[in-house]
Amino acid sequence: MENAFGQPQNVVVLGGSSDIARSITKKLCAARTHTVVLAGRNQDLLDAAASEAQEYGATKTDTVLFNAEDPGNAARAVTESFDKVGAHVDLVIIAVGLLGEQTEIEDNADEVARMITVNFTWPAAALAEIRHRLIAQGGGRILVISSVAAIRIRRSMYLYGGAKAGLDRMCIGLADSLEGTGVTMQILRPGVVRSKMTAGSSQKEIPFTTGVNEVAENVMKGLSSDELVIWSPPILRYVFAVLRHLPAKLWKFIADR
Amino acid sequence: MTRHALYGWGRTTPSFATVLNPASEEDVVAALTQNREVIARGLGRSYGDPAQVSGGVVLSNRALGGVGEISSDGVVTLGAGVSIDELLAVSIPAGWFVPVTPGTRQVTLAGAVAADVHGKNHHLDGSFGVHVRQLRLVTPTGTFDVSPERDPELFWATVGGMGLTGVITSVTLQMIRIETDQVLVDTERFSNLESVMGAMLDKDHEYRYSVAWVDCMTKGAHMGRAILTRGRHALASDLDAVTLAAPRSPKLFVPIDAPSGLLNAASVRIFNEVWFRSAPKHQENEPQSLSTFFHPLDGVRDWNRLYGRRGFVQYQFCVDDAHANTVVEAITRLSSSGVPSFLAVLKRFGAANPGPLSFPVPGWTLALDLPVGPRALPRVLDDLDEMVLEAGGRIYFAKDARLGPDKVRAMYPRLDEFLAVKHRVDPEDRLTSDLARRLDLVGS
Repeated sequence: MENAFGQPQNVVVLGGSSDIARSITKKLCAARTHTVVLAGRNQDLLDAAASEAQEYGATKTDTVLFNAEDPGNAARAVTESFDKVGAHVDLVIIAVGLLGEQTEIEDNADEVARMITVNFTWPAAALAEIRHRLIAQGGGRILVISSVAAIRIRRSMYLYGGAKAGLDRMCIGLADSLEGTGVTMQILRPGVVRSKMTAGSSQKEIPFTTGVNEVAENVMKGLSSDELVIWSPPILRYVFAVLRHLPAKLWKFIADR
Repeated sequence: MTRHALYGWGRTTPSFATVLNPASEEDVVAALTQNREVIARGLGRSYGDPAQVSGGVVLSNRALGGVGEISSDGVVTLGAGVSIDELLAVSIPAGWFVPVTPGTRQVTLAGAVAADVHGKNHHLDGSFGVHVRQLRLVTPTGTFDVSPERDPELFWATVGGMGLTGVITSVTLQMIRIETDQVLVDTERFSNLESVMGAMLDKDHEYRYSVAWVDCMTKGAHMGRAILTRGRHALASDLDAVTLAAPRSPKLFVPIDAPSGLLNAASVRIFNEVWFRSAPKHQENEPQSLSTFFHPLDGVRDWNRLYGRRGFVQYQFCVDDAHANTVVEAITRLSSSGVPSFLAVLKRFGAANPGPLSFPVPGWTLALDLPVGPRALPRVLDDLDEMVLEAGGRIYFAKDARLGPDKVRAMYPRLDEFLAVKHRVDPEDRLTSDLARRLDLVGS
């Protein structure tokens, strides 16, 4: 069960081997989390993340394999993860995503479909299963990792930004629909984060780029609040309040830089 | 079935459950037979999560009423859902008072047993459970009348057992005689912690009731300045006019949730200052009404809303006399952290009772009220856990909303003894709560 400070004890992380997810998991375990089930597509990476969680204080860890390119397995992956926790699940983190190099895939219908599936369709399918399981158990939290790329979409990343925008907007509605169920939902919108996901990208380092540790710090603060959206760094809330209303010409000029 | 959000008095960690209102023992039996995850709930005055079970079934005991005849020697049988307030309304005019009362009258008899509550007289009279003559307990394997003589293991596991052994349907209680509705109170102000603790060690045994309120926000030489109030029931011969009036309901109430953050380090510091200075330096034999003296928390209805939406936590621990220094260390840690904390309650505990999960052990207890919000607070309280554990002390389940499961066995070394009794009457662990899950009290 979660305690009075919003510190969860039992956590499921979908996309558990991503750098942001690992960093959040470490901080959760250092506080109160003792049971962690990490789900992802690479067993070695999941095992490494699990042993890292134990170093930081988890007493029970387990892993679940799934491939986010197939939304047909989302319900199974969620069910297995909940079963492996074997108790009240306090927090589910969805950290599933794929950045990719847009110029290499934008002319390929299959690749575009894959991009949207991993970033939007699979998480949406997983949320259907998570939603009814958490409602049935009388409460719980969901944290979905979105991106500032979803707020105003850059032409150089319209596929990733578009998919995240779909997920982000859907989650805002989902959060509203959860009122009165005991289940709460929060959306994390990080700026550019130095991680293995962005390492190969041709995007240059833009202002307000942070490390994963800072993102995890902001998540810890956000989880103890009742804010629907957690921005990282927090100043991006105000930066994007301006950017989202810029005239198109000006936006394209800035976004291309 | 519709579900309701339930939370404790601290208004943290809400969870949703189906709420049933059994009006008879048969209803309770049926509820325990038909459902897998069940816990009883009284007036919701526990601060954290013991009277809720996320996704399960919560049995409100309020329809299990009925105040029996008070016998000539002060024994009375009450429905489990009767509150101390409702009992006193009948008993005070007849010259009887409850043997133990917490700082509020708004607790049910069953809740008082399940949390084995204590009051200002613990140093002499022990906790609530000591004064219970018999309990009627519905468990998943049958209904039992238990007492210190009849199945004492189940009786004492239920006293302080946080509702995990069964659903109490009635309580037989030994009351105490009073001649008046007044308490004669001595008040003293102390400029630091050491002096007030010395005074309590010295003279507490001369008073039936004693409690000190400590300011945990002053640093330096005045750290832990305190006001000590001690009293005894006024006899008819002590007063010019003798009355035996039932307590009145509060006129003041908090109509809306205050903004979170209203109670911050600055405002709490000012409150503590005003409160300290408004107390008399030294006063003897001041007559106070029973409710003024015993139930200061009942003066303002819904006062917990002052803490805003984020709510607050209580932290109460006890340590034996050999570790009195832990009290000093805890207040030092708190006052140096800058975390706002309302006046703390400091008290001496007398003998423990046989309950394996009963909280009090002889020595000292300190209770703190802390608004949720400051980033440092979770860590500060984790540090206090370590101090308390090192001193062989424990924290009180009825107040807790944030402890982790790893420290529970060390704090309550007789947990396995408790579980053995629980599993005798509840082999499938049907009785569970958010508290039990959080602290792994029930096991899975």
